[in-house]
Amino acid sequence: MFDFSIVTSWVHNLLMSFMPGWLTTTIECVLIGVALLLVYALLALFYIFYERKLCAWMQCRLGPMRVGPWGLLQVFADMFKILIKELIRLENIDRFLFALAPYLVIIASMLTFACLPWGNGLQIIDFNIGVFFMVAASSIGVLGILLAGWSSNNKYTLIGAMRSGAQMVSYELSVGLSILTIVVLAGTMSISGLVEAQRDGWFLFKGHIPAFIAFVIYLIAANAETNRGPFDMPEAEHELTAGYHTEYSGIHFGFYYLAEYLNLFIVSGIASLLFLGGWMPLHVPGWEGFNAVMDYIPSVVWFLAKAFFISFVLIWFRWSFPRVRIDQMLKLEWKYLMPIGLFNLILMTLVVMYDLHF
Amino acid sequence: MELLSIQSTTLMVTALLTGVGLVAAALIIAALISPKSFSLQKGKSYECGVPTRGESMMQFKVGYYLFAILFLMFDVETVFLFPWAVICKTLGTAGLISVGIFLAVLILGLAYAWRKGALEWK
Repeated sequence: MFDFSIVTSWVHNLLMSFMPGWLTTTIECVLIGVALLLVYALLALFYIFYERKLCAWMQCRLGPMRVGPWGLLQVFADMFKILIKELIRLENIDRFLFALAPYLVIIASMLTFACLPWGNGLQIIDFNIGVFFMVAASSIGVLGILLAGWSSNNKYTLIGAMRSGAQMVSYELSVGLSILTIVVLAGTMSISGLVEAQRDGWFLFKGHIPAFIAFVIYLIAANAETNRGPFDMPEAEHELTAGYHTEYSGIHFGFYYLAEYLNLFIVSGIASLLFLGGWMPLHVPGWEGFNAVMDYIPSVVWFLAKAFFISFVLIWFRWSFPRVRIDQMLKLEWKYLMPIGLFNLILMTLVVMYDLHF
Repeated sequence: MELLSIQSTTLMVTALLTGVGLVAAALIIAALISPKSFSLQKGKSYECGVPTRGESMMQFKVGYYLFAILFLMFDVETVFLFPWAVICKTLGTAGLISVGIFLAVLILGLAYAWRKGALEWK
Protein backbone atom coordinates (compact mmCIF):
# COMPACT_ATOMS: atom_id res chain seq x y z
CA MET A 1 0.00 0.00 0.00
CA PHE A 2 1.49 3.34 -1.02
CA ASP A 3 2.06 5.61 1.97
CA PHE A 4 1.43 9.27 1.20
CA SER A 5 3.36 10.39 4.25
CA ILE A 6 6.54 9.71 2.19
CA VAL A 7 5.51 12.52 -0.18
CA THR A 8 4.43 14.90 2.58
CA SER A 9 7.58 14.34 4.64
CA TRP A 10 9.69 14.87 1.50
CA VAL A 11 7.96 18.23 0.93
CA HIS A 12 8.42 19.04 4.61
CA ASN A 13 12.14 18.22 4.59
CA LEU A 14 12.67 20.10 1.33
CA LEU A 15 11.08 23.24 2.78
CA MET A 16 12.87 22.83 6.10
CA SER A 17 16.27 22.66 4.38
CA PHE A 18 16.29 26.33 3.39
CA MET A 19 13.63 27.95 5.59
CA PRO A 20 13.04 28.61 9.29
CA GLY A 21 10.49 26.38 11.01
CA TRP A 22 7.67 28.90 11.38
CA LEU A 23 7.80 29.87 7.69
CA THR A 24 7.68 26.21 6.69
CA THR A 25 4.61 25.67 8.83
CA THR A 26 2.93 28.74 7.35
CA ILE A 27 3.65 27.69 3.77
CA GLU A 28 2.46 24.17 4.46
CA CYS A 29 -0.74 25.47 6.03
CA VAL A 30 -1.35 27.64 2.96
CA LEU A 31 -0.72 24.66 0.68
CA ILE A 32 -3.13 22.53 2.70
CA GLY A 33 -5.73 25.30 2.57
CA VAL A 34 -5.44 25.63 -1.22
CA ALA A 35 -5.63 21.86 -1.68
CA LEU A 36 -8.66 21.70 0.59
CA LEU A 37 -10.38 24.48 -1.34
CA LEU A 38 -9.71 22.87 -4.72
CA VAL A 39 -10.86 19.41 -3.65
CA TYR A 40 -13.91 20.91 -1.93
CA ALA A 41 -15.01 22.85 -5.00
CA LEU A 42 -14.25 20.09 -7.51
CA LEU A 43 -15.98 17.44 -5.43
CA ALA A 44 -19.07 19.63 -5.06
CA LEU A 45 -19.17 20.10 -8.84
CA PHE A 46 -18.71 16.38 -9.37
CA TYR A 47 -21.52 15.62 -6.95
CA ILE A 48 -23.93 18.00 -8.65
CA PHE A 49 -23.17 16.28 -11.96
CA TYR A 50 -23.41 12.83 -10.34
CA GLU A 51 -26.81 13.52 -8.83
CA ARG A 52 -28.21 15.11 -11.98
CA LYS A 53 -27.08 12.20 -14.15
CA LEU A 54 -28.29 9.53 -11.72
CA CYS A 55 -31.61 11.28 -11.27
CA ALA A 56 -32.02 11.50 -15.02
CA TRP A 57 -31.20 7.85 -15.60
CA MET A 58 -33.59 6.78 -12.87
CA GLN A 59 -36.33 8.73 -14.66
CA CYS A 60 -35.40 7.36 -18.13
CA ARG A 61 -33.89 10.68 -19.25
CA LEU A 62 -30.38 11.53 -20.39
CA GLY A 63 -29.70 14.49 -18.11
CA PRO A 64 -27.35 17.32 -19.16
CA MET A 65 -25.94 16.45 -22.63
CA ARG A 66 -25.36 19.71 -24.54
CA VAL A 67 -22.42 21.42 -22.81
CA GLY A 68 -19.26 19.40 -23.28
CA PRO A 69 -19.01 15.64 -23.76
CA TRP A 70 -21.88 13.96 -21.86
CA GLY A 71 -22.72 17.35 -20.36
CA LEU A 72 -19.55 17.33 -18.28
CA LEU A 73 -19.02 21.08 -18.58
CA GLN A 74 -22.60 21.91 -17.59
CA VAL A 75 -21.74 22.16 -13.91
CA PHE A 76 -18.85 24.56 -14.60
CA ALA A 77 -21.16 26.72 -16.70
CA ASP A 78 -23.71 26.66 -13.88
CA MET A 79 -21.07 27.69 -11.37
CA PHE A 80 -20.04 30.71 -13.45
CA LYS A 81 -23.66 31.60 -14.06
CA ILE A 82 -24.38 31.59 -10.35
CA LEU A 83 -21.30 33.77 -9.77
CA ILE A 84 -22.47 36.51 -12.14
CA LYS A 85 -26.01 36.72 -10.75
CA GLU A 86 -26.97 39.83 -8.87
CA LEU A 87 -26.80 39.81 -5.07
CA ILE A 88 -30.09 41.44 -4.16
CA ARG A 89 -30.06 43.86 -1.23
CA LEU A 90 -33.17 43.12 0.77
CA GLU A 91 -35.13 45.37 3.04
CA ASN A 92 -36.32 44.37 6.52
CA ILE A 93 -33.72 41.69 7.06
CA ASP A 94 -31.25 41.27 9.90
CA ARG A 95 -28.19 42.10 7.79
CA PHE A 96 -25.54 40.77 10.14
CA LEU A 97 -27.13 37.37 10.72
CA PHE A 98 -28.10 37.12 7.03
CA ALA A 99 -24.46 37.55 6.04
CA LEU A 100 -23.18 35.30 8.84
CA ALA A 101 -25.35 32.26 8.05
CA PRO A 102 -23.53 31.06 4.86
CA TYR A 103 -20.19 31.31 6.67
CA LEU A 104 -21.44 28.96 9.40
CA VAL A 105 -22.81 26.46 6.90
CA ILE A 106 -19.58 26.38 4.88
CA ILE A 107 -17.33 26.29 7.97
CA ALA A 108 -19.26 23.33 9.39
CA SER A 109 -18.86 21.31 6.21
CA MET A 110 -15.23 22.39 5.71
CA LEU A 111 -14.20 21.33 9.24
CA THR A 112 -15.87 17.95 8.87
CA PHE A 113 -14.47 17.56 5.37
CA ALA A 114 -10.91 18.11 6.63
CA CYS A 115 -11.27 15.22 9.10
CA LEU A 116 -11.95 12.53 6.49
CA PRO A 117 -9.26 9.89 5.95
CA TRP A 118 -8.47 10.23 2.25
CA GLY A 119 -5.80 7.59 2.05
CA ASN A 120 -2.81 6.03 3.68
CA GLY A 121 -1.08 8.99 5.37
CA LEU A 122 -3.38 11.46 3.65
CA GLN A 123 -5.50 12.93 6.38
CA ILE A 124 -5.52 16.55 7.51
CA ILE A 125 -7.06 16.89 10.98
CA ASP A 126 -6.43 13.88 13.19
CA PHE A 127 -7.46 14.53 16.80
CA ASN A 128 -7.53 11.69 19.29
CA ILE A 129 -11.25 12.47 19.69
CA GLY A 130 -11.70 12.52 15.87
CA VAL A 131 -15.26 11.26 15.36
CA PHE A 132 -16.50 13.26 18.33
CA PHE A 133 -15.01 16.40 16.79
CA MET A 134 -16.75 15.50 13.52
CA VAL A 135 -20.14 15.28 15.22
CA ALA A 136 -19.50 18.57 17.01
CA ALA A 137 -18.33 20.38 13.87
CA SER A 138 -21.16 19.16 11.70
CA SER A 139 -23.76 20.40 14.18
CA ILE A 140 -22.67 24.01 13.56
CA GLY A 141 -24.52 23.66 10.26
CA VAL A 142 -27.91 23.65 12.03
CA LEU A 143 -27.08 27.04 13.47
CA GLY A 144 -26.38 28.44 10.01
CA ILE A 145 -29.68 27.13 8.67
CA LEU A 146 -31.69 28.47 11.63
CA LEU A 147 -30.02 31.87 11.34
CA ALA A 148 -30.67 31.96 7.60
CA GLY A 149 -34.35 31.29 8.11
CA TRP A 150 -34.76 33.72 10.97
CA SER A 151 -32.80 36.63 9.55
CA SER A 152 -34.56 36.59 6.16
CA ASN A 153 -37.75 37.92 7.75
CA ASN A 154 -39.98 35.81 5.56
CA LYS A 155 -42.60 33.29 6.62
CA TYR A 156 -41.47 30.56 4.25
CA THR A 157 -37.88 30.75 5.41
CA LEU A 158 -38.94 30.75 9.05
CA ILE A 159 -41.08 27.63 8.65
CA GLY A 160 -38.36 25.95 6.58
CA ALA A 161 -35.67 26.75 9.13
CA MET A 162 -37.78 25.56 12.05
CA ARG A 163 -38.59 22.29 10.31
CA SER A 164 -34.98 21.85 9.34
CA GLY A 165 -33.80 22.59 12.88
CA ALA A 166 -36.22 20.09 14.42
CA GLN A 167 -35.25 17.48 11.85
CA MET A 168 -31.50 17.94 12.07
CA VAL A 169 -31.29 17.98 15.87
CA SER A 170 -33.56 14.93 16.11
CA TYR A 171 -31.61 12.84 13.65
CA GLU A 172 -28.30 13.95 15.09
CA LEU A 173 -29.12 11.72 18.06
CA SER A 174 -29.37 8.65 15.87
CA VAL A 175 -26.16 9.57 14.06
CA GLY A 176 -24.46 10.01 17.44
CA LEU A 177 -25.77 6.70 18.74
CA SER A 178 -24.65 4.71 15.72
CA ILE A 179 -21.20 6.35 15.87
CA LEU A 180 -21.13 5.48 19.58
CA THR A 181 -21.91 1.85 18.75
CA ILE A 182 -18.87 1.70 16.49
CA VAL A 183 -16.69 3.47 19.07
CA VAL A 184 -17.64 0.75 21.57
CA LEU A 185 -16.51 -1.87 19.06
CA ALA A 186 -13.29 -0.09 18.09
CA GLY A 187 -12.29 1.23 21.51
CA THR A 188 -10.93 4.44 19.99
CA MET A 189 -12.26 7.75 18.74
CA SER A 190 -9.30 8.82 16.62
CA ILE A 191 -10.01 8.55 12.90
CA SER A 192 -6.65 7.02 11.98
CA GLY A 193 -7.16 4.58 14.85
CA LEU A 194 -10.59 3.62 13.55
CA VAL A 195 -9.21 2.95 10.09
CA GLU A 196 -6.24 1.03 11.51
CA ALA A 197 -8.58 -1.14 13.61
CA GLN A 198 -10.28 -2.31 10.39
CA ARG A 199 -7.09 -3.73 8.85
CA ASP A 200 -8.24 -7.32 9.39
CA GLY A 201 -11.90 -6.79 8.52
CA TRP A 202 -14.33 -3.94 8.11
CA PHE A 203 -16.52 -3.11 11.10
CA LEU A 204 -19.64 -4.02 9.15
CA PHE A 205 -18.35 -7.63 9.04
CA LYS A 206 -16.54 -7.57 12.38
CA GLY A 207 -19.51 -6.35 14.38
CA HIS A 208 -22.06 -8.42 12.39
CA ILE A 209 -25.67 -7.87 13.67
CA PRO A 210 -25.30 -4.71 15.84
CA ALA A 211 -22.95 -3.09 13.31
CA PHE A 212 -25.41 -3.79 10.52
CA ILE A 213 -28.30 -2.28 12.50
CA ALA A 214 -26.12 0.75 13.24
CA PHE A 215 -25.26 1.02 9.52
CA VAL A 216 -28.91 1.07 8.47
CA ILE A 217 -29.80 3.60 11.20
CA TYR A 218 -26.82 5.72 10.17
CA LEU A 219 -27.88 5.75 6.51
CA ILE A 220 -31.44 6.83 7.34
CA ALA A 221 -30.34 9.44 9.87
CA ALA A 222 -27.59 10.77 7.62
CA ASN A 223 -30.08 11.19 4.82
CA ALA A 224 -32.27 13.28 7.12
CA GLU A 225 -29.24 15.15 8.47
CA THR A 226 -28.39 16.43 4.99
CA ASN A 227 -32.00 17.58 4.41
CA ARG A 228 -32.29 15.33 1.40
CA GLY A 229 -34.24 12.49 0.07
CA PRO A 230 -37.60 11.67 1.56
CA PHE A 231 -36.74 14.05 4.42
CA ASP A 232 -36.59 17.27 2.42
CA MET A 233 -39.62 19.07 3.82
CA PRO A 234 -37.45 22.02 4.98
CA GLU A 235 -37.27 22.90 1.30
CA ALA A 236 -40.48 21.30 0.10
CA GLU A 237 -40.76 23.39 -3.06
CA HIS A 238 -44.50 23.19 -3.54
CA GLU A 239 -45.33 24.49 -0.07
CA LEU A 240 -42.35 26.60 1.03
CA THR A 241 -40.87 27.91 -2.28
CA ALA A 242 -37.29 26.98 -1.34
CA GLY A 243 -37.37 26.72 2.44
CA TYR A 244 -34.72 28.45 4.50
CA HIS A 245 -32.77 29.83 1.53
CA THR A 246 -35.69 31.44 -0.29
CA GLU A 247 -34.31 34.95 0.14
CA TYR A 248 -30.73 34.17 -0.81
CA SER A 249 -29.74 35.08 -4.35
CA GLY A 250 -26.76 34.48 -6.60
CA ILE A 251 -23.64 33.09 -4.98
CA HIS A 252 -25.23 33.42 -1.54
CA PHE A 253 -27.61 30.66 -2.59
CA GLY A 254 -24.67 28.88 -4.19
CA PHE A 255 -23.08 28.36 -0.79
CA TYR A 256 -26.07 26.42 0.46
CA TYR A 257 -26.12 24.41 -2.74
CA LEU A 258 -22.39 23.67 -2.38
CA ALA A 259 -22.70 22.73 1.29
CA GLU A 260 -25.68 20.48 0.62
CA TYR A 261 -23.80 18.41 -1.93
CA LEU A 262 -20.62 18.39 0.12
CA ASN A 263 -22.60 17.19 3.12
CA LEU A 264 -23.78 14.29 1.00
CA PHE A 265 -20.15 13.39 0.37
CA ILE A 266 -19.22 13.92 4.02
CA VAL A 267 -21.91 11.63 5.42
CA SER A 268 -20.96 9.00 2.83
CA GLY A 269 -17.32 9.43 3.81
CA ILE A 270 -18.14 9.01 7.51
CA ALA A 271 -20.23 5.92 6.72
CA SER A 272 -17.37 4.40 4.77
CA LEU A 273 -14.95 5.34 7.58
CA LEU A 274 -17.08 3.79 10.30
CA PHE A 275 -18.48 0.73 8.60
CA LEU A 276 -16.58 0.02 5.40
CA GLY A 277 -13.03 0.53 6.59
CA GLY A 278 -12.18 4.05 5.38
CA TRP A 279 -9.33 3.65 2.88
CA MET A 280 -8.62 0.06 3.93
CA PRO A 281 -8.78 -2.42 1.04
CA LEU A 282 -11.06 -5.42 1.24
CA HIS A 283 -9.13 -8.20 2.96
CA VAL A 284 -10.38 -11.73 3.41
CA PRO A 285 -8.43 -13.59 6.14
CA GLY A 286 -6.60 -16.53 4.63
CA TRP A 287 -6.83 -15.42 0.99
CA GLU A 288 -3.26 -14.16 0.64
CA GLY A 289 -3.27 -13.78 -3.14
CA PHE A 290 -6.58 -11.91 -3.16
CA ASN A 291 -5.37 -9.56 -0.41
CA ALA A 292 -2.15 -8.83 -2.33
CA VAL A 293 -4.15 -7.90 -5.44
CA MET A 294 -6.47 -5.66 -3.40
CA ASP A 295 -3.43 -3.92 -1.90
CA TYR A 296 -2.39 -2.78 -5.39
CA ILE A 297 -5.43 -0.53 -5.71
CA PRO A 298 -4.46 2.89 -4.25
CA SER A 299 -6.03 3.84 -0.93
CA VAL A 300 -7.55 7.06 -2.34
CA VAL A 301 -9.43 5.01 -4.93
CA TRP A 302 -10.77 2.73 -2.21
CA PHE A 303 -12.00 5.63 -0.10
CA LEU A 304 -13.60 7.50 -2.99
CA ALA A 305 -15.19 4.34 -4.39
CA LYS A 306 -16.82 3.52 -1.05
CA ALA A 307 -17.99 7.09 -0.55
CA PHE A 308 -19.44 7.29 -4.08
CA PHE A 309 -21.17 3.96 -3.62
CA ILE A 310 -22.87 5.10 -0.41
CA SER A 311 -23.80 8.39 -2.07
CA PHE A 312 -25.33 6.38 -4.88
CA VAL A 313 -27.48 4.55 -2.33
CA LEU A 314 -28.54 7.85 -0.75
CA ILE A 315 -29.38 9.38 -4.14
CA TRP A 316 -31.33 6.24 -4.95
CA PHE A 317 -33.31 6.78 -1.70
CA ARG A 318 -34.05 10.32 -2.72
CA TRP A 319 -35.51 9.43 -6.09
CA SER A 320 -37.41 6.38 -4.84
CA PHE A 321 -39.40 7.49 -1.82
CA PRO A 322 -42.10 10.14 -1.57
CA ARG A 323 -41.58 12.98 0.89
CA VAL A 324 -42.63 12.25 4.48
CA ARG A 325 -44.75 14.60 6.60
CA ILE A 326 -43.22 16.32 9.62
CA ASP A 327 -45.16 14.24 12.14
CA GLN A 328 -44.12 11.03 10.37
CA MET A 329 -40.53 12.24 10.34
CA LEU A 330 -40.50 12.96 14.10
CA LYS A 331 -42.31 9.71 14.84
CA LEU A 332 -39.76 7.72 12.86
CA GLU A 333 -36.90 9.23 14.80
CA TRP A 334 -38.23 9.37 18.36
CA LYS A 335 -40.37 6.24 18.42
CA TYR A 336 -38.36 3.90 16.21
CA LEU A 337 -34.76 4.88 15.44
CA MET A 338 -33.85 6.25 18.88
CA PRO A 339 -35.09 3.30 20.98
CA ILE A 340 -33.61 0.84 18.45
CA GLY A 341 -30.35 2.76 18.56
CA LEU A 342 -30.20 2.65 22.38
CA PHE A 343 -31.01 -1.05 22.38
CA ASN A 344 -28.42 -1.64 19.69
CA LEU A 345 -25.78 0.15 21.78
CA ILE A 346 -26.41 -2.23 24.69
CA LEU A 347 -26.35 -5.20 22.30
CA MET A 348 -23.01 -4.06 20.90
CA THR A 349 -21.61 -3.63 24.42
CA LEU A 350 -22.59 -7.21 25.26
CA VAL A 351 -21.06 -8.44 22.00
CA VAL A 352 -17.79 -6.66 22.83
CA MET A 353 -17.81 -7.79 26.48
CA TYR A 354 -18.21 -11.46 25.66
CA ASP A 355 -15.97 -11.32 22.57
CA LEU A 356 -18.71 -12.39 20.21
CA HIS A 357 -17.35 -10.27 17.34
CA PHE A 358 -14.89 -11.51 14.74
CA MET B 1 0.09 10.41 13.16
CA GLU B 2 -0.06 14.02 12.11
CA LEU B 3 0.28 15.40 8.65
CA LEU B 4 3.64 17.17 8.12
CA SER B 5 4.18 17.17 11.91
CA ILE B 6 1.88 20.19 12.27
CA GLN B 7 -0.39 20.11 15.29
CA SER B 8 -4.01 19.21 14.62
CA THR B 9 -5.20 22.41 16.28
CA THR B 10 -3.24 24.48 13.74
CA LEU B 11 -4.72 22.39 10.95
CA MET B 12 -8.20 22.91 12.37
CA VAL B 13 -7.65 26.67 12.28
CA THR B 14 -6.37 26.28 8.70
CA ALA B 15 -9.55 24.46 7.67
CA LEU B 16 -11.66 27.09 9.43
CA LEU B 17 -9.86 29.95 7.68
CA THR B 18 -10.21 28.11 4.35
CA GLY B 19 -13.95 28.01 4.85
CA VAL B 20 -14.10 31.70 5.72
CA GLY B 21 -11.77 32.47 2.80
CA LEU B 22 -13.94 30.53 0.34
CA VAL B 23 -17.08 32.44 1.27
CA ALA B 24 -15.32 35.83 1.43
CA ALA B 25 -13.48 35.34 -1.88
CA ALA B 26 -16.59 34.15 -3.72
CA LEU B 27 -18.59 37.09 -2.34
CA ILE B 28 -15.91 39.58 -3.42
CA ILE B 29 -15.70 38.08 -6.93
CA ALA B 30 -19.49 38.08 -7.20
CA ALA B 31 -19.68 41.68 -6.01
CA LEU B 32 -17.15 42.72 -8.65
CA ILE B 33 -18.63 40.97 -11.69
CA SER B 34 -22.33 40.73 -10.94
CA PRO B 35 -24.72 43.34 -12.34
CA LYS B 36 -26.44 45.83 -10.07
CA SER B 37 -29.84 47.26 -10.74
CA PHE B 38 -32.39 49.07 -8.67
CA SER B 39 -36.08 48.50 -8.45
CA LEU B 40 -38.51 49.37 -5.70
CA GLN B 41 -40.03 45.90 -5.58
CA LYS B 42 -36.75 44.00 -5.53
CA GLY B 43 -35.95 44.40 -1.86
CA LYS B 44 -39.33 43.15 -0.66
CA SER B 45 -39.75 39.72 0.94
CA TYR B 46 -40.43 36.99 -1.59
CA GLU B 47 -43.77 35.58 -0.58
CA CYS B 48 -45.11 34.74 -4.03
CA GLY B 49 -45.89 38.30 -5.03
CA VAL B 50 -48.50 39.00 -2.40
CA PRO B 51 -47.52 41.89 -0.09
CA THR B 52 -46.35 40.60 3.28
CA ARG B 53 -48.85 40.86 6.08
CA GLY B 54 -47.75 41.16 9.68
CA GLU B 55 -44.43 40.48 11.31
CA SER B 56 -42.33 37.47 10.28
CA MET B 57 -39.91 37.45 13.21
CA MET B 58 -42.57 36.42 15.65
CA GLN B 59 -43.44 33.97 18.40
CA PHE B 60 -43.56 30.52 16.94
CA LYS B 61 -45.13 27.11 17.45
CA VAL B 62 -43.98 25.66 20.76
CA GLY B 63 -43.76 22.08 19.45
CA TYR B 64 -40.34 22.74 17.93
CA TYR B 65 -38.92 23.88 21.28
CA LEU B 66 -40.25 20.75 22.97
CA PHE B 67 -38.23 18.61 20.59
CA ALA B 68 -35.22 20.88 21.08
CA ILE B 69 -35.40 20.31 24.86
CA LEU B 70 -35.71 16.54 24.40
CA PHE B 71 -32.77 16.68 22.00
CA LEU B 72 -30.69 18.53 24.60
CA MET B 73 -31.31 15.79 27.14
CA PHE B 74 -30.23 12.99 24.83
CA ASP B 75 -27.38 14.90 23.26
CA VAL B 76 -25.78 15.49 26.64
CA GLU B 77 -26.27 11.80 27.29
CA THR B 78 -24.26 11.00 24.14
CA VAL B 79 -21.47 13.31 25.33
CA PHE B 80 -21.31 11.39 28.62
CA LEU B 81 -21.36 8.03 26.88
CA PHE B 82 -18.45 8.71 24.51
CA PRO B 83 -15.67 8.51 27.16
CA TRP B 84 -17.20 5.32 28.52
CA ALA B 85 -17.44 3.81 25.02
CA VAL B 86 -13.69 4.12 24.48
CA ILE B 87 -12.75 2.09 27.57
CA CYS B 88 -15.88 -0.02 27.99
CA LYS B 89 -13.86 -3.23 27.63
CA THR B 90 -11.47 -2.32 30.46
CA LEU B 91 -14.29 -1.21 32.76
CA GLY B 92 -16.02 -4.54 32.29
CA THR B 93 -19.28 -5.54 33.94
CA ALA B 94 -19.12 -2.84 36.65
CA GLY B 95 -18.97 -0.13 33.97
CA LEU B 96 -21.79 -1.75 32.03
CA ILE B 97 -24.02 -1.80 35.12
CA SER B 98 -23.32 1.87 35.92
CA VAL B 99 -24.01 2.92 32.35
CA GLY B 100 -27.07 0.67 32.34
CA ILE B 101 -28.50 2.58 35.32
CA PHE B 102 -27.68 5.88 33.59
CA LEU B 103 -29.39 4.72 30.40
CA ALA B 104 -32.36 3.37 32.33
CA VAL B 105 -32.98 6.78 33.90
CA LEU B 106 -32.86 8.39 30.46
CA ILE B 107 -35.12 5.78 28.90
CA LEU B 108 -37.56 6.42 31.75
CA GLY B 109 -37.45 10.08 30.75
CA LEU B 110 -38.18 9.16 27.14
CA ALA B 111 -41.01 6.86 28.26
CA TYR B 112 -42.46 9.68 30.35
CA ALA B 113 -42.33 12.09 27.42
CA TRP B 114 -43.88 9.45 25.17
CA ARG B 115 -46.66 8.75 27.68
CA LYS B 116 -47.38 12.45 28.15
CA GLY B 117 -47.79 12.78 24.39
CA ALA B 118 -44.77 15.05 23.93
CA LEU B 119 -43.68 13.00 20.92
CA GLU B 120 -46.94 13.60 19.06
CA TRP B 121 -47.00 16.40 16.53
CA LYS B 122 -50.07 18.53 17.11
